Amino acid sequence: MRLSRRSAFLLRAAVAVGLAFIYVPLIVILIYAFNASNVLEWPPPGLTLDWFPKAFESESVREALLTSVKAGLAATAIALILGTLASLAVARHRFFGRETISFLVILPIALPGIVTGVALSNTFTQVLGIDLSLFTVIVGHATFCIVVIYNNVVARLRRTSSSFEEASADLGAHTWQTFRFVTMPQLRTALAAGALLAFALSFDEIIVTTFTIGAGEETLPIWIFSRLFRPSQLPIVNVVAVLVVLISIVPVYLAHRLTREEGGATAARGGRGERIEGGGVETEATAVP
Amino acid sequence: MRTQDAHSTRTAWLVVAGLLAFMLALAGCGSSSSNNGGGEELKKVGKGEGQVNLISWAGYVEKPWVKPFEEKTGCKVNNKVAGTSDEMVNLMRSGQYDGVSASGNATERLVDGGDVAPVNVSLVPNYKTIFSDLKNQPYNTFEGVHYGIPHGRGANLLMWNTEAVKPAPRSWSVILNPKEAAKYKGKISVYDDPIYIADAAVYLKVHEPKLGIENPYELNEEQFEAAVSLLKEQRPNVGEYWGDAAKQISAFAGGDDAVGTTWQYQYFELKGAGKPVAASPASQGFLPEEGATGWSDTWMISSEAAHPNCMYMWMNWIVSPKVNAEVAEFFGEAPAQTLACEHTENPSFCKEYHAEEPGFWKRVYYWQTPVSECGNGSSDCKNYNDWVKAWTSIKG
Amino acid sequence: MSRRLANLFHGRPRLQVGALLAGPIGWLVVGYLGSLAVLLIAAFWTVDPLSGEVVRGLSFENLETLVNEPVYRTIIGRTVAIAALVTVTDAVLAFPIAFYMAKVASRRGKAILVVAVLLPLWSSYLVKVYSWRTMLSADGVINWALNPLGLHGPGYGNVAVWLVMSYLWLPYMILPIYAGLERIPGSLISASEDLGAGPFTTFRRVILPLVFPAVVAGSIFTFALTLGDYITPRLVSNNQFIGNVIFNNISNNLPFASALALVPIVVMVAYLLVARRLGAFEHI
Repeated sequence: MRLSRRSAFLLRAAVAVGLAFIYVPLIVILIYAFNASNVLEWPPPGLTLDWFPKAFESESVREALLTSVKAGLAATAIALILGTLASLAVARHRFFGRETISFLVILPIALPGIVTGVALSNTFTQVLGIDLSLFTVIVGHATFCIVVIYNNVVARLRRTSSSFEEASADLGAHTWQTFRFVTMPQLRTALAAGALLAFALSFDEIIVTTFTIGAGEETLPIWIFSRLFRPSQLPIVNVVAVLVVLISIVPVYLAHRLTREEGGATAARGGRGERIEGGGVETEATAVP
Repeated sequence: MRTQDAHSTRTAWLVVAGLLAFMLALAGCGSSSSNNGGGEELKKVGKGEGQVNLISWAGYVEKPWVKPFEEKTGCKVNNKVAGTSDEMVNLMRSGQYDGVSASGNATERLVDGGDVAPVNVSLVPNYKTIFSDLKNQPYNTFEGVHYGIPHGRGANLLMWNTEAVKPAPRSWSVILNPKEAAKYKGKISVYDDPIYIADAAVYLKVHEPKLGIENPYELNEEQFEAAVSLLKEQRPNVGEYWGDAAKQISAFAGGDDAVGTTWQYQYFELKGAGKPVAASPASQGFLPEEGATGWSDTWMISSEAAHPNCMYMWMNWIVSPKVNAEVAEFFGEAPAQTLACEHTENPSFCKEYHAEEPGFWKRVYYWQTPVSECGNGSSDCKNYNDWVKAWTSIKG
Repeated sequence: MSRRLANLFHGRPRLQVGALLAGPIGWLVVGYLGSLAVLLIAAFWTVDPLSGEVVRGLSFENLETLVNEPVYRTIIGRTVAIAALVTVTDAVLAFPIAFYMAKVASRRGKAILVVAVLLPLWSSYLVKVYSWRTMLSADGVINWALNPLGLHGPGYGNVAVWLVMSYLWLPYMILPIYAGLERIPGSLISASEDLGAGPFTTFRRVILPLVFPAVVAGSIFTFALTLGDYITPRLVSNNQFIGNVIFNNISNNLPFASALALVPIVVMVAYLLVARRLGAFEHI
């Protein structure tokens, strides 16, 4: 697309402003992670590296981190299974109520977290009579993670023709084999991208978690919430936040690479140069002169 | 793809709808709240269960006295800090905790809701030497049955930033009188809880005696409306409603707030960080002219405590002379344990905090749950639900 | 064994669908919707003020209070208004970035930008809000930067909530718009230019209609997340949002909290239905 010099400049400026808006608060967090004093003042009186070793030594941080990872992996796994099952049904079959499934799946994430949290907590403790624990947290997280997987897989299935599966069946493969050898490879990258986003959602979730977690456990957001206002702990909180962001650069980049699939089955659909979500085939987008 | 037989899939959906309806029925009939009765008193303290889950006010459960407890009894302490009594009641109702340091505006609700069990005080040896004016009080003893072990008591403080607020205030009017409060518009810090309406009532008891307010928690329609309007007039001047002790600390430290109600915990934390704060002098018992609302906290045990032995060990520990002295000095409250006065680092601590003067505490109106029955026989006082609704409309 | 199972499913599409859907539907309908229904039924019950016991008799008291007391209308109005404002703000902020990423950036630039936009999603929500709280405070960054110019930061309040929420949900708006723009084939744009349209006309008549469903998809998140939040209003303002009032009432008056919860549910269901009609569900 050809843009005039002025439009190109304005666009670049808008992008720069947008990125600055996104990153200034994060830079503030970064600076406070080095804050020499306990009290938050601006500008900070001095800088120190002391908080980093303190964060590493803190047992409660490690436990909270571990709990969050456990919950995230479990919730993502459940969401992967349920999301894939639902999307296979929706994209490859026709049945009464099919349109409602997309609606149903997005509800847990569209309704306020406090409503979901209180409803689930109520059901667990009053109706089912079970104690709140990491298990109930995982159930809560999986519920709103389903939609992320579902949408990615449905989008992928819609773009890949079902003719491959039919051909596979014609060649004698039964349902299982078709799924394993034909469908799954096409879904892999969509699942990977979805799984990453689902894990991120679960990892940072606070509201539903507050209502579904048991007494002795802490996920990382819960840990942060309880330490947020205590002056002596706040710098450690900032350090933890910074470290989590830095560590996540790698998986985020990988997910982006994974979803940038070239051609393949989609090209067979008439070469409209369509993209797969988040990446894909190059179009003739030219750089601004 | 082959199309489906609509009939049978429709049947499948009907089955699902049926399951849904079943769930509703389950909720409607079968699900009684998990509180049945009030639990039973423990007969004997056995071996510790390895952990104890507590809910407490900020500053009550701190490392210096938790660590020795854990080493001595082997009970690991998991503590959740709550900011308001409502939070505490809510947490206790979940049945996930063993005990709570409840104030008077929570105790009655917990007992009535069956969330707490009676406490067998004979199993808590240090109870014998608790101050007598803390025993058998209407907020910890119900129908002759003991429901908790007193922790300590204090008054809500008026705190101000000495550089921003001059001259030093001696009365709540600095934040409640509309003209005076307007001087500090946007810098006033108020406790975010419906119980604060009682503070307005305490103020009106002295400044508008025609209303005839006796007990700031027993307010009839006219008195209640007066208190609520006073708070609505205060609203535009409020900088922040704090529901979390540490939130208020950061607000005062950052210069966002300059005067307001607080607890001793925040006051001493800010002083310790070198901030220019002051409160009504200790010699006055930290009370402004009109008196103040306050609290007398009680450790209660859950009716569904999973670790009752550890809980009894904790209750005995927290009111043992040395520990109660430590707690009282750390937080800045009057201890519940008479023998604690000999163990405080500051030898005149108990005197400064009027721990041994029942007469002083008559000017402190301990938090209690507002109910419809007024003390004088009539039943037209506002109950807690009315207070909660009013608080929502005050904050707007 | 797996062959036998496969044979069972072969030629029986209904069974296939049933087996596929049993798990998800069981979870979502019975588990999730069931829990919601159980909660919302309580909206029609009342509570004994002292013991907190729920009285299970049918009553419309809670709904009447919601309708009659003006404060709840104010709170609901405020929440919805700010949700709408945040959505519009994010759409405006997100579009240039998404457009640059999709149509202008080189392959490497695209990768860098995608990572740069997604990374903030990984930093804790709480830490971000708290960072804004300190930035907005009287002695914070914003005032420190603006005071020498004689200006004032917004401090705490509705403006702060709007700012912070727009900040928090921006990535959720950028991603669908980016994906939506990518799907527009370059050939369409070239064709438009070949037919003589300038960039603005191409934008208005070719790109915008095609990317609009994606914008609506992004708006679902910005609107829903703002509508239900109670932590941000509590940290950077004194004003109550729907979530705050629900939270305050959960412990002593669950039926009333349930009645309050009905409001965002009704609003969101309506919003989702409209969004679906506009084709947004293809773009989430």
